[in-house]
Amino acid sequence: MSDPILELRNLKMHFPVRGGVMSRQINSVKAVDGVSLSIGHGETLGLVGESGCGKSTLGKSIVRLTQPTAGSVIFDGKDITQLSQRKLRPLRRNIQMVFQDPAESLNSRMSVGQIISEPLEVQKIGTQATRRDTVEKLLERVGMPKSAAQRFSFEFSGGQRQRIGIARALALNPDMIVLDEPVSALDVSVQSQVLNLLLDLQQDYNMAYLFIAHDLAVVKHISDRVAVMYLGKIVELADADTIYQHPRHAYTKALISAIPEPDPQVERPRVHLEGEVPSPINPPEGSAFGHRINHPRYEESIGMDLSMVEIEKGHWVAADPCCLSEDDYLRVSSKS
Amino acid sequence: MVFHSNREEIVVSENKDNLLEVKNLVTAFRLENGDWVRAVDGISFHVPKGKTVGIVGESGCGKSVTAMSLVQLLPKPMGHILDGEVMFKGEDLRSASSERMHAVRGGEIGVIFQEPMMALNPCHRIGKQISESLILHRGMDKREALRESVSLLEKVGIPAPERRIMEYPHQLSGCMRQRVVIAIALACKPDLLIADEPTTALDVTVQSQILELIEDLQEEMGMSTILITHDLGVIAGHCDEVVVMYAGRVVERAPVTELYASPQHAYTKGLLSAIPTLATPRKAKLKTIEGQVASIKDFVPGCRFCQRMERTGDTLVKRAPFIEISKNHWVEACPKCVDLPKQAPT
Repeated sequence: MSDPILELRNLKMHFPVRGGVMSRQINSVKAVDGVSLSIGHGETLGLVGESGCGKSTLGKSIVRLTQPTAGSVIFDGKDITQLSQRKLRPLRRNIQMVFQDPAESLNSRMSVGQIISEPLEVQKIGTQATRRDTVEKLLERVGMPKSAAQRFSFEFSGGQRQRIGIARALALNPDMIVLDEPVSALDVSVQSQVLNLLLDLQQDYNMAYLFIAHDLAVVKHISDRVAVMYLGKIVELADADTIYQHPRHAYTKALISAIPEPDPQVERPRVHLEGEVPSPINPPEGSAFGHRINHPRYEESIGMDLSMVEIEKGHWVAADPCCLSEDDYLRVSSKS
Repeated sequence: MVFHSNREEIVVSENKDNLLEVKNLVTAFRLENGDWVRAVDGISFHVPKGKTVGIVGESGCGKSVTAMSLVQLLPKPMGHILDGEVMFKGEDLRSASSERMHAVRGGEIGVIFQEPMMALNPCHRIGKQISESLILHRGMDKREALRESVSLLEKVGIPAPERRIMEYPHQLSGCMRQRVVIAIALACKPDLLIADEPTTALDVTVQSQILELIEDLQEEMGMSTILITHDLGVIAGHCDEVVVMYAGRVVERAPVTELYASPQHAYTKGLLSAIPTLATPRKAKLKTIEGQVASIKDFVPGCRFCQRMERTGDTLVKRAPFIEISKNHWVEACPKCVDLPKQAPT
């Protein structure tokens, strides 16, 4: 891939757990634990995983809403991991975020016009009159009436609020938007409207998306490539069609088979997934997923290098003896 | 079979196979300014013995209010059932005394709510919360009830149940909590289980575990289930019959394969085509349902889907009759939302 817009190198985000005398740090929650990936210009990378796997934390540390513990975030060729908030400000123009719950991410004391023009004010772009003009254009672009600018966000429905959130993210004409579960809180009929809008906008402005969601069908629909995250690590990454048709990792297979198919005629083989995601405070030493499914080769995986290997062109998977088929594991271990 | 056209005439031919028959139920809430809004506006459906009926619809369509009306758990003093019948095992629950309702709830009808953390009391141990209904409804003493709780927890697949009964809800994960709620709902072997969005707060992998658990237990105990959800995928996999609700009304009702194979109402068609599936080509435009549900205060007396589509004319003024368009397939026969056969069946 030529010059990615965003590259993550071994990114880690650990949160301290305090306790005992004097609230010493006694442990840490390893929310994101060594993630490397890249997103190209105008590309959509879908990020899926169960709740608590660290996908939202990953999104937040990319836009530096949390300060990563280790590793680096390289945006447009520049390492932004250690930049001060002040130096970061001009860069924020190019990377924006849309949050899951539009009711909580929009200030209910500000009019919609103020909400959308705030990023322009922060970046000192335009005059009051031109900003008003921009706001109207943005509202129109996301399918809202111009008159919405004078109203308040709580006067609108969930779908319309999410459109306002998208308009705010678009205000600075960014190169990339991190979308954290943007349609999860919406009803199906409204969800499809917002997905269509996101696809349209991407075509018009050639933005890259990091699309975080737990609904695999939605992620497949919107993404070029999909990354599957489990307990703070990426376990599989491939082209969207490939990963759904030929998943390699046992966890990906289980996730895909759990999607409820809206057709009573379809009987799909189910991969049963017992147990639960282990705690990110004391993750298992070996393969985290192997531990969950009680895999006979779990003991073997302790101390092994389970990093990602390219099994086929563009298809990366964790070299984990518990989660790959015999053949795949042989191929992977010969490459690493 | 329940047969009614619009609100005027209700003809009932008693059917012994139905555990629950809801006829023309109207539930309304009083607003602060004294106005009434009808959250559920004249709906009818039935639940056959041993079957699962799914109620599907978008948020605010009245599906949860329907469930709460059945067991009379509406928020007081705002919520009232204004009209209709709730026939449960041949008894009208609407006219039942509050003592009788105490016995029905938890005893003959079990309820699973969406958010397990809200349904459990954070201050009491799991064992005590399960025992509570056993002591109340099945007359067990404390020790017996606790022993039964352990076997119930085992049945819903919780490992080490003897230890778990001594724990508090916050010590369990979301999935385990939902299993506890299911154990409580099933403690007294109810005839009817109402599951109101039982998996919405859970992950997909856990969702399939929970739904399969409910299905297995249902088979084992021979109970009927009402499964309320907004997810058409869940309905397809786990229900026998489907009731589609829109804006306080039932717009369509049919056996599950029939509904997915030949949806009749424009709203049902819209819903089914709006969801991306794994088979949808990537980045293709999704079909959408334009507009949005009108505010409950502005509901028209006629077809509310026409209202959303911003259509004009008579359909907005007069409510269309609910007709059986083919065997067991019922639809609200708005001429603009449904392709009606030339000679409508009577």
